[in-house]
Amino acid sequence: MTVSFDEIPEKSGFCAIDCIHSTPILHHRALILEPLLALRFNGVDSPQGIKRKAPHNVGFIGPNGIRRIDRSGAQQGGVASRKEVAQQSSRRLHSIDQPQHHIMVVADMTGGRLSAQDKDILGLAHQLAAKKAATAVMLVVFGEHKETTFAESGVDRLLHIEGDAFEGFSPDLRLAWLAAIEREMQPDYWIFPDSGLGGGDLGRRLAVELEVHAATGLWQVNLNEEGFSCTCRASAATQDLTRALPRVILALAECAEPISDTLHEAQEVKLMREPLDQLPRIQDLGAVAVDPASVSLAEAEFILSGGNGIRDWDAFHETARILGATEGASRVAVDDGFMPRDRQVGATGTWVTARVYMAVGISGAIQHLQGIQSCDKVICINTDAGCDMVKRADLALIGDSTEILAAVRRKVSELKQEKRHVA
Amino acid sequence: MSLNQPIRVAVLLSVGQHPVTARPRRADQDARALELALQLGNVEITPLHVGLMNEQNEAALRSYLGMGIRQIRLIEPKAISLQESPDILFSLEQGVRDSGANIVLCGSRAETGESSGLVPYLLAKKLGWPIVSGLVSIEKIEQGSATLLQALPRGQRRKLKVSLPAVLTVDPAAATARQSAFGPAQRGSIKTHSPSTSPNLSDADLQKSSASDSVLWQFQPAKKRPKRLKIIKATSARDRFKAAAAKADASGGKVLQGVSADDAANEIIKLLLEEGVLNLDSRL
Ligand SMILES: Cc1cc2nc3c(=O)[nH]c(=O)nc-3n(C[C@H](O)[C@H](O)[C@H](O)COP(=O)(O)OP(=O)(O)OC[C@H]3O[C@@H](n4cnc5c(N)ncnc54)[C@H](O)[C@@H]3O)c2cc1C
Repeated sequence: MTVSFDEIPEKSGFCAIDCIHSTPILHHRALILEPLLALRFNGVDSPQGIKRKAPHNVGFIGPNGIRRIDRSGAQQGGVASRKEVAQQSSRRLHSIDQPQHHIMVVADMTGGRLSAQDKDILGLAHQLAAKKAATAVMLVVFGEHKETTFAESGVDRLLHIEGDAFEGFSPDLRLAWLAAIEREMQPDYWIFPDSGLGGGDLGRRLAVELEVHAATGLWQVNLNEEGFSCTCRASAATQDLTRALPRVILALAECAEPISDTLHEAQEVKLMREPLDQLPRIQDLGAVAVDPASVSLAEAEFILSGGNGIRDWDAFHETARILGATEGASRVAVDDGFMPRDRQVGATGTWVTARVYMAVGISGAIQHLQGIQSCDKVICINTDAGCDMVKRADLALIGDSTEILAAVRRKVSELKQEKRHVA
Repeated sequence: MSLNQPIRVAVLLSVGQHPVTARPRRADQDARALELALQLGNVEITPLHVGLMNEQNEAALRSYLGMGIRQIRLIEPKAISLQESPDILFSLEQGVRDSGANIVLCGSRAETGESSGLVPYLLAKKLGWPIVSGLVSIEKIEQGSATLLQALPRGQRRKLKVSLPAVLTVDPAAATARQSAFGPAQRGSIKTHSPSTSPNLSDADLQKSSASDSVLWQFQPAKKRPKRLKIIKATSARDRFKAAAAKADASGGKVLQGVSADDAANEIIKLLLEEGVLNLDSRL
């Protein structure tokens, strides 16, 4: 649009009128704001019966005699607790009284907890559930678990199937249970994480059993009105395949956003008819000891990592051997020549994914902490209680590394001895 | 298995695709499966391929021959289609049955087509055999069963015993295949068989496997997946800034100060046992 010069006076005229009009609005807003302000500052009753608080009374006097206002609520106990309550209740409760349809999610539960991929897949299940009324997302968990955040992760119903057999590789038994669930619930969809031996194996077994041509390596769903379709990785991840969405889905990590703003019931349910016991054709003979030193750092499950606070490197190696841990190191330990370069953890080293990361004499520089972002449990041994590694750690032990590691070696050897005598 | 009953292994070989040049080649995982079979020593190996005989396929198949096998049995399907189609599966089943194999070895997924990894499972279902995936080695084969080593994530291994006959798929962590030698590759032969009985698939069969709607499937070069953004749910500017410039905040972990080294060690061991990473059975 072009603006000619003679239009300008008219424009400014408009502006003036606008201002006049806005005055009553402002006035109105003040009326709404007043009680809000009163509430916020939790002040005293004024003669008019409205709570008022002197705005000058907020904050506190800092060490230099300057008034400081901390809006994070960290300084004032009362405010902080109110914020906590707000944070908890900020998750909307999502409940389904009488589900008519089900979407089954079979989680990997690596280490007894929902993995990041499991949570993504629960998010995907809710995308599908939202398309049909009264649809509940049901999670199937085999064997023992340690998970406490089912409700936060989007589990409407939980089917927990217990049994010692699930500790090992028991695909036949698991499949029999899934088939029993299929018979009883007739779920709309089955969703598995497409991961190595967990959901990747079980999902394919179920797909073949149900005679469904499963979508594998799925990373995107398109839920249009005309029909649901999905995009999967094909040809060894060099191509994308777009196809109609089948009933059995094996999805990759990050296929959907995990649930973050609703709270779910996680109500336990039981199956009415359990499958019959059967003779397994595959027998699990247990884990085989592998040399932890041969495991690559990025893959290792349990890492013992040493830094500048290690005094006795021979004792460190001995500890790693006894614990059966893969060795890692901070950059300083590598630069000083105590550890090879391929063992360096951190931004310029390896990004590790260990379930348990034990940092001994490592201060927790940001470059190092970046490398351990995806570790589950961090144990830290350090002489300095104020260092950043202690803040990151789930278990921090303040003391000398040499002494504590020696005690660990002794105790573990004792426990192994005991176990051998019993056996 | 007793001496008079030889162990027969059928190895399923597919034509792979080089990830960069997209040229046909021996499929990496299938080559590993063949390597595993060759290392078993005293077994009868039947290498099997279902597909068309043309120049490109022949070059790829010859590189399997170059690993030291004399012959590949090739079964020509009626039409070229995805590996998961009933047609190809029928030929595979026939091939395995004709070879009298009691072990089928193959890669866990193809390098072309859908590469869904469903074929071994479908084949096992058709044969009525158990399937074990993610194999790294076969330790021993005895009377009616095999002891296997399976690759777990994080470099771990598990020992399994499976009753024979069985379908076994190898893990990418299995031993790399030996190089293909030119001479044997040229000397070896590719013997074409037509299916002993023509696939007599009913329409219902085809309908059941939704591969029939695969005509509507669209393949295109893989798109780069969007990188997930860190979602920050903060209500105030201060929180948003803190989240962006995140430095380790006290995570509410347990801090033990002034305890004896023994107590500290006990705490550590307790956590390691809880997480199941400490194995007290190991001899070290
Ligand atoms: C561009 C760049 C990239 C980098 N990339 C990386 C990287 O990838 N990985 C990496 O690790 N670092 C990296 N760094 C280096 C990083 O900044 C730190 O310098 C390094 O991580 C510190 O290593 P540290 O914790 O072992 O040593 P220090 O910071 O010296 O910490 C030693 C710790 O040991 C404790 N301690 C001392 N004595 C004892 C004792 N007897 N018992 C118990 N505890 C004791 C101390 O309290 C201290 O906390 C990088 C730096 C830069 C500039």
